[in-house]
Amino acid sequence: MPQRTMVEALNLALDECMDRDDAVCIMGEDVGINGGVFRVTKGLHEKYGQRRVMDTPLAECGIIGTAVGMAIHGLKPVTEIQFSGFTMQAFDQIEQNMARMRNRTQGRFPISMVMRAPFGGGIRAVEHHSESREAYWAHTPGLKVVIPSGPRNARALLAAAIEDPDPVIFYEPKAVYRAFREDVPDEHETMPIGVAEIVRPGADITVISYGAMMRVCTEAVEDLVDIHGVDVELIDLLSVSPMDTATLAESVSRTGRCVIVHEGHQSCGIAAEVIARLNEHVFEYLCAPIRRVTCPDLPFPYFQTEKHFLPDADDVIAAVQETLAWE
Amino acid sequence: MPHETTESTTPERTASDSIIEVQPTRTRSAMDTTPIDLGRIEVLQILDEHAQVDESLDPRYDDEYLLRIHRGLVLTRAFDQRMLTMQRQGEMGTFAPNLGQEACQLGQVIPLTKDDWYSPSYRSFGAQLWRGWSMERLFKLWAGYHEGFPPPPDVNDLPFSIVIGSHVLPAVGVAMGMNYRSEPNCMVVNFGDGACSQGAVSEALNYAAVNKAPVVFVCENNGWAISTPLTKQSATTNLASRGAGFGLPSIRVDGNDILAMTLAVDQAARRARAGDGPTFIEAVTFRMSLHTTADDPTVYRAQELVDPWEARCPITRYETYLQRKGLLDTGAIDRIREECDGEVIVARDRFRTDAVARPREIFDHIYGELSPELEAQKQAYLDRLERKGVE
Repeated sequence: MPQRTMVEALNLALDECMDRDDAVCIMGEDVGINGGVFRVTKGLHEKYGQRRVMDTPLAECGIIGTAVGMAIHGLKPVTEIQFSGFTMQAFDQIEQNMARMRNRTQGRFPISMVMRAPFGGGIRAVEHHSESREAYWAHTPGLKVVIPSGPRNARALLAAAIEDPDPVIFYEPKAVYRAFREDVPDEHETMPIGVAEIVRPGADITVISYGAMMRVCTEAVEDLVDIHGVDVELIDLLSVSPMDTATLAESVSRTGRCVIVHEGHQSCGIAAEVIARLNEHVFEYLCAPIRRVTCPDLPFPYFQTEKHFLPDADDVIAAVQETLAWE
Repeated sequence: MPHETTESTTPERTASDSIIEVQPTRTRSAMDTTPIDLGRIEVLQILDEHAQVDESLDPRYDDEYLLRIHRGLVLTRAFDQRMLTMQRQGEMGTFAPNLGQEACQLGQVIPLTKDDWYSPSYRSFGAQLWRGWSMERLFKLWAGYHEGFPPPPDVNDLPFSIVIGSHVLPAVGVAMGMNYRSEPNCMVVNFGDGACSQGAVSEALNYAAVNKAPVVFVCENNGWAISTPLTKQSATTNLASRGAGFGLPSIRVDGNDILAMTLAVDQAARRARAGDGPTFIEAVTFRMSLHTTADDPTVYRAQELVDPWEARCPITRYETYLQRKGLLDTGAIDRIREECDGEVIVARDRFRTDAVARPREIFDHIYGELSPELEAQKQAYLDRLERKGVE
């Protein structure tokens, strides 16, 4: 099976979806001849032409707003916002139209479109290039929020997002873009949106994460298992909204303990929602308070400080040990 | 003009002029110093305030068409007045009357075919009626019933978006979709003078221009955005120049002249359908009535500003034109008014019997398929309705 980076895997998903369906088109800044600033759309302009791979004016609100109109007209736009920090410019159209159009028109105009954006820190970038604000979109009725963690699930989930009848925010952990390769089949592959994956089954404690933090958690889990003898169950959320409450609850009902790890801010973040749901569903199984390992409630710092700001494996190990020690 | 010196006007020098010999620059300046000409913005009026017609511009529509337009104008006003009465009696929610803007409203949709698209704003119900929205549907919409919101199944209209100007980008997107599929249709999108201050509207003009999208922008300049007059909205009171600034052919039209509005939109729509790109039409009119029924304009607007517009009434002007053509007399005008009032009353009565709130359906259109979490929320909500005895 071919080995691919996440960038190559995403490119494969776009290529095959465009090949299968003429309604699929790409819109964004520098996505054409340049292939996008991270090269996710590389070669597609050459293959499909400017009718289907559109370099847009530099206005994110315009990208999303016009894509909504194209979706109303039956097309399936896959938009690229260059960095997730720039999606704030598009907040207007995401909230006013993309998320609401199906409901506003009582089902007449469903919006089948994707907003792709690289998110998260760890690449020594300038301000507004490292944010993790997925909670905004998870808070918005009408949207789905999908976040892959590696090349294979990135490809399968992007294909699923493009085929989905509803608008999907697709956040790509850019720290993973070229971090490693993975088997990604040439054959079409999708994964259901809204289903979490138990990456490593375990009996002692459940660790829940997503995106680039899955690598941090994997590193921590290796140490916890090998050095500390803790049998950790590791879950990759994959879809922040809808959230696979059943898988999370079932896991925690077995382990009784849970740590949630993400880059986004702590307050009103994704971990807070996970904790609320676990409280509702499996409170009686809990042996310890659920902990969260997140970034503090601050704007993402300038990059000389980012390694101290982002959670690392030591933070996860400490949180797991504290949770295990609680009696 | 220092840039002009770079190539041709550098004087000949000799070695004695300077110890360091200065070589004349051979590259041309990137700055083009030709004065910028944005083009002339035409102004169109066919039927003036005294109902004098400019014969050279009269589109000479046939009699039946002219009378159909007249009935549309009268029906729009009858509907507007009935809505206001119903609102004052507590039967209707807050809505935005369009008294005085009837010609502007109808003129922007009369030239459209069923395959063309229209994107209204919330004051556009005259245009919506013409496009095929039933009065019952609009009553339901403004009385707060969900089923009033979606455009009728056989009408290519978008819903309006209450946040000012936020519908204009999707309208351009629909037009870009027409280009994508090589469809020979167009989109007319309506917004007001206030919307011109929104960044998203500027983005929409730019996207349309760059993509040559088949869209006609109709900026219905009624002078007021709630209490804010145009002079506080924009340093230029000539909004057509906005279009010109983005490279769009732009025109300023008398919005109270139904002939001028229809002709301008017709020509712009033809250009759009032919692949010649978007047009910006500023339709100059006046908001004779309230911003919405929650508003009291006497607080911020002197009556002297309103009075001159009474004489510019688009319906009276058009009726005088039709009378001069021998198509109407005062008896016929009264009869048509009564007929339109009657139609509105019939629609109102149907609305009163048909309109049913369906609280059980509020989860039905948020996604194609509900997630387990939303299914659980829906069940809890339905149980709550059950406890309260709600059907």
